[in-house]
Amino acid sequence: MFNYTLRRLLLAIPTLLFIALAIFLLLELSPGDPMADMPLTIPPEVREQMRLALGLGEAWYIRFFKWLYLFSVVEPSHVLANMTGLDWLAIEGQRIISFQTRSPVGDIIAQRLPQTLWVVGLSYIFGIMVAVPIGIYSAYRQYSWFDQAGTFISMVGFSLPTFFTGPLLMLIFSIWLGWFPIIYDTTLVVDSWYDFGLQLRQMAMPVFVLTLYNAAQITRFMRASMLDNLTQDYVRTARSKGMTERIVVLVHVLRNSMIPVITVIALGIPTIFTGAIITEQIFRVNGLGALLITAIYASDIPMVLTLSVVFAILIVLFNLIADLLYAVFDPRIRYE
Amino acid sequence: MSETAPQKSLDVAAFRPPRNQWWDVWDQFKVHKGALAGSLVFGLIVLFCFIGPWLWPYDATFIDIRSRNQGMSLAHPFGTDQLGRDIMARMMAGGQVSLAVGIVAMLLSILIGTLIGVVSGYFRRIDGLLMRMTDLFLALPLLPLLLVMSMLFRQPLSAVFGVEMGMFLLIVTAIGITSWMRTARVVRGDVLALKEREYVLAARSIGTPPRRLILRHILPNVLSPVMVSATLMIATAIITESALSFLGMGFPPDFPTWGRLVYDGIDYLQQYPSRAMLPGVFISLTVLSVNYIGDGLRDALDPRIRGR
Repeated sequence: MFNYTLRRLLLAIPTLLFIALAIFLLLELSPGDPMADMPLTIPPEVREQMRLALGLGEAWYIRFFKWLYLFSVVEPSHVLANMTGLDWLAIEGQRIISFQTRSPVGDIIAQRLPQTLWVVGLSYIFGIMVAVPIGIYSAYRQYSWFDQAGTFISMVGFSLPTFFTGPLLMLIFSIWLGWFPIIYDTTLVVDSWYDFGLQLRQMAMPVFVLTLYNAAQITRFMRASMLDNLTQDYVRTARSKGMTERIVVLVHVLRNSMIPVITVIALGIPTIFTGAIITEQIFRVNGLGALLITAIYASDIPMVLTLSVVFAILIVLFNLIADLLYAVFDPRIRYE
Repeated sequence: MSETAPQKSLDVAAFRPPRNQWWDVWDQFKVHKGALAGSLVFGLIVLFCFIGPWLWPYDATFIDIRSRNQGMSLAHPFGTDQLGRDIMARMMAGGQVSLAVGIVAMLLSILIGTLIGVVSGYFRRIDGLLMRMTDLFLALPLLPLLLVMSMLFRQPLSAVFGVEMGMFLLIVTAIGITSWMRTARVVRGDVLALKEREYVLAARSIGTPPRRLILRHILPNVLSPVMVSATLMIATAIITESALSFLGMGFPPDFPTWGRLVYDGIDYLQQYPSRAMLPGVFISLTVLSVNYIGDGLRDALDPRIRGR
């Protein structure tokens, strides 16, 4: 198991390097000019100097290795220093600088991360909490009205794109009923119960939109997995031993059905960050997705590159975690 | 169906005239109510988008500024937008683009996925390489990458093929090359299993070359998982295209697609809510019906379920 983990981690390094290189080269082809927003009155030689100051003067492979060094050594050291509070951990000197804001990319990501985590992470947790019981009961009473309604709703939730459910909720709850604010206020500081209420109200709609989507997907897997297990022989054995229905379903069947569902949940975690781009855009949540979109519009190459590679790392990491969890929960699977 | 079932299990089955397996598939498909309703709705939407413009007098880009921002009326069942363009005509034109993108992107992605799946399942030598590549693609952050791609290649492609065609090719290719991985994995798994069957061995023993073995004996047997993932792919492609248009990275503003119409309608959500809701409803209905068709097909094409 340990060897397997180590081997997978080592294999992940070339994969990530390749992805980083591919994204870097793609951005290198970019016709977008980071100097495009500058006033036209700047003389060409000054403009050239500004390009050099942004680090655009060198050959692409030198820039790539410089970025790689900054991304894999310098930025993590700053993250570590911030987390532990030990300032001496941070490596002094050059950091990855965003073209737009001229501040370190790592700091901006650290600023935006809580917004995304709060809204999107919460909706994922809610999604799981809603989906698992519905999936269990749907499968237990297959073809009952509850199951019919549940599968229909999960099909609808799975099919409705978030850029439709988002405006729909806005229309109903913000415009007609006036319960929730349309725009998410990132600057709100929660220091009283009143502000906490405001925060809850502004989070309600984005969280609901994403919860519906996440819950729909997980319910489908949960139900299918429960159905597979309910017809197994061990269920009959457990019943014939005289165990109560409660224990049979909630202990024996549920434990076995959770194995594929847990991996699906783990695989879905990276999509928390990438998939919420649209929802963040609709409700103006100032998170990572909104950051990526503005960076793409502004040809902010360091920011786009860093964010995309961070997303890629998350995907690779959670793929590995999903595989390991599979082995942990299913003793039949052994990785050697 | 239910009345004939007990008879069939007795002795009628033995004397039943042979018939094409697709009739069995259709029989099973008919049982799935959702799939039937889905096909009906999808058919109606396709008719609306492709036959509608022939019958409907207004053009999607015709500007009649004096009759702008009208509500629903007999002349304009869905109303008109801020430039007086008929929204029903725009919905039809937008639907044509969205459906075309969905179907062409699906074909491309299925083609790549099946090709890679069959080759890597059949030829062991390049299996490892191709599967590493599939893993690599699976690890890509897709939506950010799609956004970057559509941002980068927008101008060069528009210059070569014209704005609309260039954008169409760009979006279709971008969706196609980022969504083939699942199909490839499924097909590879099936091919690996099929390769060991006796009939393949028999075909090989009489000297069938690999190309014909694949086309004649293996491909028809992986058709059903490919068909199911093809249906689901249409839904994904339509959603992806609409999402790109919704984020302002898809087709240009004067060129309606469903996603673009939602995006434009959001600005008028307060005054004219139907403007964003209608295209949203159409996207959702299309995706929902396609997903139901996929569900029905999955059941119908699975011989273990079909016999029941």
